[in-house]
Amino acid sequence: MKRKIPARPGKKSEFFELRLYVAGQTPKSLTALNNLKKICKEHMDEQYRIEVIDLLANPQLARGDQILAIPTLVRNLPTPIRKIIGDLSNTERVLVGLDLGTPDTVAGAL
Amino acid sequence: MKSANGKNGAPPQLEKSPTGIEGLDEVTGGGLPTGRPTIVCGGPGCGKTMLGMEFLVRGATLFDEPGVFMAFEETPEDLTQNVASLGFDLKDLAARKKLFLDYVHIERSEIQETGEYDLEGLFIRLQHAIDSVGAKRVVLDTLEALFSGFSNQGILRAELRRLFRWLKDRNMTTVITAERGDGALTRYGLEEYVSDCVIVLDHRVAGQLSTRRLRIVKYRGSVHGTNEYPFLIDEHGISVLPITSLGLNYHASTQRVSSGIPDIDQLLEGRGYYRGSTILVSGTAGSGKTSIASHFVEAACKRQERCLYLSFEESEAQLARNMRSIGVDLEPWVKKGLLQFHGIRPTEHGLEMHLARLHKMVDRFKPRVVVIDPITNLISGDGDREIQSMLMRLIDFLKANQITAVFTSLTVRGKHAEQSEVGISSLIDTWIVLRELEENEERNRGLYVVKSRGMAHSNQVRQFILTDHGVKLVSSSQSTGGRLTGSAAKKNRPEPAIEQKKRKQKRQGQQRSAVARIRKTAAADQGKPFLTRAAGENR
Repeated sequence: MKRKIPARPGKKSEFFELRLYVAGQTPKSLTALNNLKKICKEHMDEQYRIEVIDLLANPQLARGDQILAIPTLVRNLPTPIRKIIGDLSNTERVLVGLDLGTPDTVAGAL
Repeated sequence: MKSANGKNGAPPQLEKSPTGIEGLDEVTGGGLPTGRPTIVCGGPGCGKTMLGMEFLVRGATLFDEPGVFMAFEETPEDLTQNVASLGFDLKDLAARKKLFLDYVHIERSEIQETGEYDLEGLFIRLQHAIDSVGAKRVVLDTLEALFSGFSNQGILRAELRRLFRWLKDRNMTTVITAERGDGALTRYGLEEYVSDCVIVLDHRVAGQLSTRRLRIVKYRGSVHGTNEYPFLIDEHGISVLPITSLGLNYHASTQRVSSGIPDIDQLLEGRGYYRGSTILVSGTAGSGKTSIASHFVEAACKRQERCLYLSFEESEAQLARNMRSIGVDLEPWVKKGLLQFHGIRPTEHGLEMHLARLHKMVDRFKPRVVVIDPITNLISGDGDREIQSMLMRLIDFLKANQITAVFTSLTVRGKHAEQSEVGISSLIDTWIVLRELEENEERNRGLYVVKSRGMAHSNQVRQFILTDHGVKLVSSSQSTGGRLTGSAAKKNRPEPAIEQKKRKQKRQGQQRSAVARIRKTAAADQGKPFLTRAAGENR
């Protein structure tokens, strides 16, 4: 993994535990995963772990995390739990959803 | 498409899944459409969730069709607790793999939408739930919660359409509950997607009394009752009362049953009422209606027939005490289980509800005699037309079950007795009117039979008295002045022979002594022989 200058120095110490729920290899899921990887690389400074959960293989997991929409990204850490649904194509909103910045600062960073 | 029925040439009938809910299967002609979605809509607190839950529980317990309950509003704990009052043990059913409870929690504030998504997660959860119990039935309660959870209506509506098709493809008999909207059946127009069967529940308050009603708005490919049917939720679950489904095709018995009062039987060809007929006893306050009804109850109990006594004025204890005073002891029959009392205040429920309850009581207890005392209390306050239709349903229902029914009816003083019964009288087979007769500064009780279908009844107006051995009719006076009662009757009563003789003798004695006196004085004054003179004067 490549090292990168942290975009948000204030959040350096935080570790992100992320889960991406998908249902098979759908185009939407793949888009979401790619988008997520990109955002993490740019904004999380390696302080993250992505777990992809395929609900087709483990359908019972949908119940535990209250998943309805696919794809859903769940931020388990840091607390509180956050949910972001969709293919994560709107980076700005993903960052807001992950508490990585207000829309203004994110816009500035981009 | 090929169906099993199609081969035999008979038109394929829509397959139906019985709900097991009392009455609903009758109204729907066999249940909900198998493998298709049904919408149950209504306002808050009208029993949508209950209906859905009972559909699943009955399906699992009675028809061996496991079910999935997907709750969007209530947690499984709440649900389990709520339906425990109906005697449903969801935990046990879940443990036995008869029921799968899934709670879908949607919190708008926790969700951030970024780009394209679908509701595949919901489908996967549903599929998982269905697979884990082998479900045949699904309840989604309340699917509309999705609309508050997701902002993209376009995606949501497309997904709902897909969901209903998906459920149909899996041959799931589905109940979808929905909140009633303004001017539309459901708030989010779900009926747009589900057009096979739509049931509307309603909870109405009229005159401070609430009644639940159910109506089938639509049932594609099937005939169904179109009326509003009252339904109730009690400790045995939901029961819908398809009272109107009864028609005028009941059996008419030729068997006769005694009224319990031999004198009244005499007025009715000496044989009493027809079994399964409807008897109205009307009269003003204190005219003896309850006494006549109690006699009938006692007589029925003596025949070992079950009786249901609905009292709207007196408690069981009070009634028993009062009837003992005229020599009718009802308590032993209660103890024997032949007689059931139900003392209810009429204001406790609306008319529909009372009838619904009566319906249930009759179904459970299976009485041969029902007394409603008085029926006028039941129908006070409602519109006239409503009363008539309800009474018609009630009478049809009782007749269909071959139950002999006695209604007492309170007439208001001053009004003509036969006018105040508009709406009832035409439905009644035997009508006995009790009247107060005020003559010679006395009040006496009079009784006559206004009508009695199918028999040559007496046309006499008879006085009756309440003795400590029950109701007795006074033998009618034969005097020329028409009906005489009380002291007037006594005055004109023909004298017994001995009395007459005595009086005659007395009169003769008086005459004799008078003659002797006259004879004496006459002899003294004129010296003439008395006899010739007296005889001459007499002529």
